[in-house]
Amino acid sequence: MKYVDEYRDPQIALTIAGRVARNVTRPWVLMEVCGGQTHTLMRYGIDELLPKAIELVHGPGCPVCVTPLEMVDRAIRIAELPGVIFTSYGDMLRVPGSRADLFEARANGADVRIVYSPLEAVKIARANPDNKVVFFGVGFETTAPANAMAVWQAKREGLTNFSMIVAHVLVPPAMRLILESPTNRVQGFIGPGHVCAVMGYQEYDQLAREFHVPIVIGGFEPVDLLESIAMLVAQLEEGRAEVENQYSRSVNYEGNLAAQRIMREVFEVSDRKWRGIGSIAASGYRLREEYASFDAERVFDLKDLNAEEPKECISALVLQGLKKPVDCSAFGKRCTPVTPLGAPMVSAEGACAAYYQYRRHA
Amino acid sequence: MCLAVPGRVLNVVEGDPAFRTANVDFCGVRRVVNLAFTPEVKAGDFVLVHVGFAISTVDEEEAARTYKYLAQIGALEEEGLASASAVKTGDAP
Amino acid sequence: MPEIIEDIAQFTCPPPLGVRDKIVLGHGSGGRLSAELLRDVFLPLFSNPVLDRLDDQAVLEIGGSRLAFTTDSFVVKPLFFPGGDIGSLAVHGTVNDLAMGGAVPLFLSAGFILEEGFPMEELRRIATSMAKAAAAAGVAVVTGDTKVVERGKGDGLYVNTTGIGLVRDGARLSASQARPGDRVILSGPIGDHGIAILATREGLEFETEILSDSAPLHQLVEAMLGVSTAIRCLRDPTRGGLSSALNEIAVQSSVSIQIDETRIPVHDQVKGACELLGLDPLYVANEGKLVAIVAPEVAGEIVAAMRRHEFGREAVVIGSVGEKRAGLVTMKTAFGSTRIVDLLAGDQLPRIC
Repeated sequence: MKYVDEYRDPQIALTIAGRVARNVTRPWVLMEVCGGQTHTLMRYGIDELLPKAIELVHGPGCPVCVTPLEMVDRAIRIAELPGVIFTSYGDMLRVPGSRADLFEARANGADVRIVYSPLEAVKIARANPDNKVVFFGVGFETTAPANAMAVWQAKREGLTNFSMIVAHVLVPPAMRLILESPTNRVQGFIGPGHVCAVMGYQEYDQLAREFHVPIVIGGFEPVDLLESIAMLVAQLEEGRAEVENQYSRSVNYEGNLAAQRIMREVFEVSDRKWRGIGSIAASGYRLREEYASFDAERVFDLKDLNAEEPKECISALVLQGLKKPVDCSAFGKRCTPVTPLGAPMVSAEGACAAYYQYRRHA
Repeated sequence: MCLAVPGRVLNVVEGDPAFRTANVDFCGVRRVVNLAFTPEVKAGDFVLVHVGFAISTVDEEEAARTYKYLAQIGALEEEGLASASAVKTGDAP
Repeated sequence: MPEIIEDIAQFTCPPPLGVRDKIVLGHGSGGRLSAELLRDVFLPLFSNPVLDRLDDQAVLEIGGSRLAFTTDSFVVKPLFFPGGDIGSLAVHGTVNDLAMGGAVPLFLSAGFILEEGFPMEELRRIATSMAKAAAAAGVAVVTGDTKVVERGKGDGLYVNTTGIGLVRDGARLSASQARPGDRVILSGPIGDHGIAILATREGLEFETEILSDSAPLHQLVEAMLGVSTAIRCLRDPTRGGLSSALNEIAVQSSVSIQIDETRIPVHDQVKGACELLGLDPLYVANEGKLVAIVAPEVAGEIVAAMRRHEFGREAVVIGSVGEKRAGLVTMKTAFGSTRIVDLLAGDQLPRIC
């Protein structure tokens, strides 16, 4: 596969790892924000290839994991209503709400369907005019253009039976929160490559400057991540704190302007609750007033359905990089992918789930 | 939110800009992809596809430059082991 | 809006879901939930030495002969897919379950549950396909049953096939027999069937169509047993994929299994489809492949014999059995690092992240 296989070349990967080992003179703590990057790091055992001085900690980069409890509860409540066709990405179906998950809702008779694209949901709405079709709009900025487009198209066509639960989360505010924490240990970030393909990386200049922390916008294949790590280590060893773009084949400074235009048209920035963390200011998107009729939470009048998240696991410590999944006493015992206790175990991208699936003994 | 896969544009189906689509090839798998965010794309280009949309193109020159640099690093640092021109098509998934 | 937090150091978590009181799709996936269903609901009630071995087939000693006995139900959607249909799948699936026990498949039963309104023409197609598959595999359908349920209660057509065969002399196959030092052999590329099905369902198009690999493997098994009976175990990696098959063996035999990623064949297009859909081929179903655990000294010969056979052309040793960390399946990646190949909870869910 072109532009994939080359970046999985073991020879090159090992060479870069060797270079990192030679350049590093002291321990460094690095974080990748994006769940897809966590997945690659775990799947290929990248940490095994790096010198012990490099510690990789995993950020809250899994939008599936950080979708708050009450969003899932609302989704289930909507799915259970008669006449509703509830559409979602597959990995949301196993996320536990307060009582159940969407798979169980389906087992109880709800019409819950997996789609690969929000446009499929719009198609279902067109084909089923007598049903209310709802799409679970989860994701970082990467998915926002597609979701915005789906709503925009639905409005243009005058569809009255389509709506979306908008649960978008944004990366820079989460990184800011991590950096602002007095207990932060992260010294360098691998920035989210596909988020930046859409948004560009201007927002990260501010963070790098303000907190004097290097940020390298990285891709998702093993060679991309190793190269990003090598670039971060070089910066740290040299005392630099800049934003660099490793993923230059698909990311540029301004990002995708057409995508940003449609996002601005349909969404506006809002506060957003992150599961396992709490509410972060200006960290999500919501639909603009002109698109209110496509906002499922308003259409189904569920704004008041709230849920309290009881304290139990160490999610937030893992998400900050203060602890590893294996440090948690519940990891692998009471907390497993089948019986998840917290955000990072729920989805295949979460740090704990990735550890559990690929590297339990590490 | 990151699973985006690069594919080669086979042909573009022109139309309303919001509905402009392309047939994209991913290693033998074909899918229809929406080009609303990449209006300049034409047949032969590589695009990065996420949930049915092309969110970016793959700049082949940039990719070649990066790859050449990486491969050279490999060649210099591990004598005789990396081939600067070979693109290994790994048969591992 | 809940109060805005200023510091990320505040932990909150969702409670676990606890014991499920309803069946969910994951219970049928061949993964962890399926195993739990078996362990928690069925085994306690039906336990006996034969069942407890949890092999693909039951081997019974009757009147001096060893009879292999197995059953399987087929609920695949769509009913017709590239490379086969639910009828040929049913025949192959049951023939293979018998073959995995080292048995010569002899007789099948065929039970149909039909939904009111199901087109007669489609039923004929499926039955024809079954007849052809049975004839080609040398088995006879000797008994059967048909039920019809009301419209809306049956999803078109379900098939159950039960098979009987005679176990070859000398063949002692069971998932509990793997020993440290044994080699793991895979008969060919993985992922074809699952992707062929998914592609049809999702409307994926391919340059060259991906066909289900559905095929009867008993003659391949015969060729293997002809070389040596030092074959500990055979398994066909159907639902849950190669991962499930290996995990089951590792658990039943109390051994660990290590496989090498670079040795596992996957067709390019299957790889491409998996990338696109966010799936891992290790968990995708196969219907014409087998995994064999064999004594190390005969591995080479067995692979050679397999490659001479139509359904084993790409047979390859992919790994070996170890003794530490019983029940664990690990894979050496192309980078030389190690990852765990775990049982998934339920069906593999397509990733978007």
